[in-house]
This record gives sequence, C-alpha cells and structure tokens, in this order.
Amino acid sequence: MLNYITSYLSSDTTPGQAGNVFWAFVYIMVVFGGVSVAVMAMNWLERKALAHFQIRLGPMRVGPHGLLQPIADAIKLLTKEDIVPDKADKFVFWIAPLIILCASFTVYIVVPFGPTHAITDLNIGILFMLGVSSLSVLGVVMAGWASNSHYPLIGALRSSAQMVSYEVAMGMAVVSAVLMTSLHGLGPYGVGAGTSGTGTLSMIGIVQAQQEQHVWFLFKFFPLGFIAFGIFAIAMVAETNRAPFDLPEAESELTAGFHTEYSGLRWSLFMLGEYAAMIAVSSIAVTLWLGGWFRPFPNTLTGPTWDLVFSLFPGLSFLALAVIAFVGVARMPKHPYFRVQTIGLAGFGAVLGLIGLILFAPPVRDRIQDIFWFVAKVAGFMYLYIWYRATFPRYRFDQLMKVGWKVLLPIGIGVLILTAILGVLL
Amino acid sequence: MAPIGTLHYLVTAAALFILGVIGVLTRRNVVIILMSIELILNAVNLNLVAFSRLWGLHGQVFAIFVITDAAAEAAVGLGILIAFFRNKETVNVDEVDLLKW
Amino acid sequence: MQPIVQPGMQPVATTFFFYFLSGLTLLSGVFVVTRKNPVHSALALILGLLAQAGLYLMLYAPFVAGVQIILYAGGIMVLFLFVIMLVNIERSQKEEQFNKQWLVGFLAAVALGALFVLVYVKGKTLFPYRIAQPIENSNTQQIGVMLYGQYMFAFEIASLLLLVAIIGAVVMAKKRI
Repeated sequence: MLNYITSYLSSDTTPGQAGNVFWAFVYIMVVFGGVSVAVMAMNWLERKALAHFQIRLGPMRVGPHGLLQPIADAIKLLTKEDIVPDKADKFVFWIAPLIILCASFTVYIVVPFGPTHAITDLNIGILFMLGVSSLSVLGVVMAGWASNSHYPLIGALRSSAQMVSYEVAMGMAVVSAVLMTSLHGLGPYGVGAGTSGTGTLSMIGIVQAQQEQHVWFLFKFFPLGFIAFGIFAIAMVAETNRAPFDLPEAESELTAGFHTEYSGLRWSLFMLGEYAAMIAVSSIAVTLWLGGWFRPFPNTLTGPTWDLVFSLFPGLSFLALAVIAFVGVARMPKHPYFRVQTIGLAGFGAVLGLIGLILFAPPVRDRIQDIFWFVAKVAGFMYLYIWYRATFPRYRFDQLMKVGWKVLLPIGIGVLILTAILGVLL
Repeated sequence: MAPIGTLHYLVTAAALFILGVIGVLTRRNVVIILMSIELILNAVNLNLVAFSRLWGLHGQVFAIFVITDAAAEAAVGLGILIAFFRNKETVNVDEVDLLKW
Repeated sequence: MQPIVQPGMQPVATTFFFYFLSGLTLLSGVFVVTRKNPVHSALALILGLLAQAGLYLMLYAPFVAGVQIILYAGGIMVLFLFVIMLVNIERSQKEEQFNKQWLVGFLAAVALGALFVLVYVKGKTLFPYRIAQPIENSNTQQIGVMLYGQYMFAFEIASLLLLVAIIGAVVMAKKRI
C-alpha cells in the first residue's frame, strides 16, 4: 500500500498514465481547491479592477481593501432563501447549474501545469476539452427553459446560440494550432529539420511541440499564428458570455438572462461555473499558443545562469505583492477605527512575503517553475477579461452573430488553409 | 465473473437497439420517436466499435461516418417537424395524415 | 482478416466500469422511451450518450469517444432541446403517450430480441474472450491516415451530405422561402 503511494514519486508521467489512482485523486483535489481559490480571487480582482478603471475605489470596508469581500459574498449567497418558481420543472431547474458546473470542472483533467503535472494526459486532450466545454450549452438551455418565464427563456436561447456559433470559430483556430504541431523545422518559419514532426492532440504534446520547434505557436508563420490566436481570444470571450458579448446576461437588457430566477446557492454555482470556464479556456489558449509552462526564451537564453535568473521570478513576484501590501499599510488612515484593518493588511503582507521567501529556497524553486509560469500566463488572460469588461461596449445580438459567422469563421478557415499550405511548402 | 469480452458489448448494443425499436413503434410524440432513432444509431455504433477492437480500425472510421449522418438526419428531421408543427400545431404522429383521404 | 488473439491480464476495474456504464446506458434508454415530458427524455438521452462515450473509451477508441461527446451530446442534443422548446405544448403531455398498437409493437421488438439472442448463442465461438490491447497512443493518427487515404471518397461525400442537410433544414424551417 505504502509502496503503491511512493512508487509514483519516482516516475515521470502523469498519474492518469501511470494508473495511480491515489495520486490522481490527490491531484484532482489540489486542482479543484486551486480553481475554487482562483475563482474567489478573481471575484475580488474583478470588482477592484473595474472600480479603479471607473475611477472609484470598489469594496474597501469588509476586509482591508475589500480582501474579505468574496467570503462575505459567499456567506450571503449560502444563507439566502432558495426560491423555486411555482410552475418550474423542479428536476430540470435543479440539475441545470450542476451540468454547467460539472462541464466546467471536468475540463481540468487534461490541463497541463507542467510536463508531468497534469491529472492525466489523454491522447485526445484538446478534443476532450472542446467537447466537454460545449456541454455547458445544455445547462444554459435547460436553465432558461426550466425557469418558466420569458426573460430567462430568451436569454437562454440567445446565450446558447452565441455559444454554439463561437464554438465553430474556436474549433477552426484550434485546428490550425494543432496543424502546427506536425511541422518540422525550427523557428517561426520552419527552417531546417529539427523535429520528428508528429502531430498530436494531447495537451502536453502540443506544448512539447512548441518547445521542439523553438517557437511559441503565437509567432509561428507570423502572422498566421497571431491571427489564429486572435480568433481564439475573441471566441473564448464570447464562449463564456463575458463582455463585450454578455448581452444574454446583462442586467440592463434582460434582467440577468438565463439565471434570473435562480437565487442564493444556485446562482453562485452559475457564477462558479462561469469563472471556471473562463480559466479553462484561458488555459487552452496558453497551452496552444503561448508555450504552456515554459519560461520565456527557453531555447535562446539557455544555461545555468539564465535558468537561475528566471527561477527567481516566482519569489520576486510574491515579494512585490508583499511590498504593495505594506505600501497600503503605510497609506492607511491613522485612526483607531482602522486599527483592525491595518493589522489585517500587515498580516496579509507578511504572509505574502513569507511565501515569497519560501519560493526562493532551491528545492522549492526548481519544482515550482512550470506551475508558476503557466499560472502567470493564465492570470494575464484573466486580467484581460476584466479589462475588456471595463472598456468595450456591449455587442447587440445581431452584430454578435454577424461577427461570429461572417467575420471570424471565414478568417479562421483562411488561416487554416494558409497554415496547411505553408506547412507543406516549408 | 467472466472477463469482459466482445459478446458483452454486443449484448448491450442489442438491448439498446431493442429499446430504440420499442420507442419508435409505440410512442406518439414525434420528438421522442426521433430520439429513439438516435438510440438505434448509437446501438449500431457500439456494435461497430466493439468489432473494430478485433479487426482493425475500419469499424471506428465507419462509426464516425454514422455519427455524421445521424447529425444530418436529425437536422433534417427536426426541420420537417418544425414545418409541420407550424401548419398543424400538434406533435402527435397519428395526426400526420395529410395525404390520407 | 484474422483477429489477433493473445493471452493477457484484465485490470480489475474493467468489470465494474463495464457494468456501471452499460447499465447507465440501458437505464437511460428506458427513460428515453417511457418519459412523458420530452425534455426529461432528452436529458436521459444525453446521459446515455455520455455513458456510451465511456464505453468507447473502454474499447480503446478515444477519438470516437471524443467525437461522440462533441457532436452527439454537444451538438445534436442541443438541436433537439431547441426544437423541443419550440414545439413543446402542455396539451401533448396530458394526452395518451403510447399509441393504439403498442402491444403489437412490443411483441415485434421482443421477436427481434429473440432473433438476436439466437444469433449470439449460435455464434458464440466467433468472439474470442482475450484479445490484444490495441495501441492507444496513435489512435487519432491512424484514424486520420485511414480517413484521408482509404476512405477519402466517403469523407467527401459525407461533407456534401452535411451541406445538403444544412440547406434543406434551413429551407424547411423558414417561414417564407
């Protein structure tokens, strides 16, 4: 039994491939906990960042600078009354948020945080991710239908039509990235025969193909990789019903769309599923175009010194966050009412600094590299989501469908054909 | 218990096929009849993939074609249903008798 | 084409997963056929399709499983749910659900089942128990090679069929042509 547990520690594959159920379970718990914490952090960051974009302050009262606001929101939602509409179909009403939640979280099985840090590495990794994330459309349709009221129904129809349309454009962009995994040659235009050139659908294989070809697929066949990435970046925002494509759930248009009739815990499940889906499609984008878990310039800036420089980044980033927290402590008003908040923020800054110092220690430093760079890139995408929400006006629904079918899809097909032609020629 | 062999999958597929046939022959709602046809197609697919484990990948390729055809047929069938529903306001298959005298 | 037979061990969990997944598929089939509300039937069918994708994974066909999840559960069933929402009238759920010839239909299906049982009992020797594990890592590549090589014509015909189906469905569902 103990042998079963410790025998995995010396292997170099994912737990799913090694067939080790115990460690797969441990990884699943870690990923689930990590995503839940990330969703709460994202909730706080969205409110604060949106507020600062709009030249106001956002939540400041609940904890120091509103840091405990997500916890307060969670407690409020959990203790709210659970209202079920009278004529609603009870079973479908109950199961719709669960479908969205399960579809959004099942995707994390194949998300690669490192060369062996994934729960498993399916042969059909990217196909599995696209397929399972398309199951959330079913949950949306059922949520709107089961509410037995016309605002949710219209919102659900619009939302599902939008999600299905942008899935097609996403698929085209993904296929052109998968095509690039089968190329030989190094560098953006594929000179020389450097790799074996086996195309693969597995997530870890796609990142390793980028490493073997010495280039992020973002810059491959420039500008084709860039255009494909752009199509995916736009389509993934529309896929998760976020601004500027959030007409189906906008408060001023449709009274919150398909989740109008949901209250309390059920609504929080929708929100959890939406944020988890955002993180999931961002990790697809990072894996396919941005080089996954590799640090910047792994092939051109090689050598132990460069490795050391880049391995200091995790610790430095947490120390920078700790410095920002202490600056916030210094700027707190010197009034007895603010004493608890000052102490809280100082404690938070101290914890961040401690984590930063731990990340400087060599055994931790070597192991945390892959996970840190992957999470940093995904965090960049999360900030972009919030930036889009603050900046862009909402698309009208017919404009939305026009962009999805008449603009993104032809460009996607064009990029795919050009990538294939260039791949054969070069 | 006997190890799971091909026969187990074939029996599952046969049972699914019979359930689909019962659905087509006994239900009155057109949408449920169409869903029972999808059950039949799935049973056939399971049969194909079970045999392809023994005799090469041809079964899986054919299963992909069957899924594609099922999509096309579902789209056309549901289009016919919508057109009919617009005229007669019913989904009862017994009332699809416009050609009867 | 001779089947490749080799002696081999089967993992313990395979039996449990097979019975679980096939039981789920058959149970969902029963729910599809017997539910009054078409939305419940559609939900049951989605569950059955996902369980069947699991069965495909057990049969070492990961690509077909992925295609099943994307196309069938994520595409065709969404289409079904849309149409159910469009044509769902309360009156149809209060009517009689099974038609007048239900007994004859049921007996015909039972006769078909008896035929299947006869075929499987007589032909039991054709299906060997222990078979080689097919290579799973390059399943997609091999299917791709076969699709674009040997079955190229069928592939093109299938795409033409989908084009015709799209045009036909749009024309039929339009209000004014």
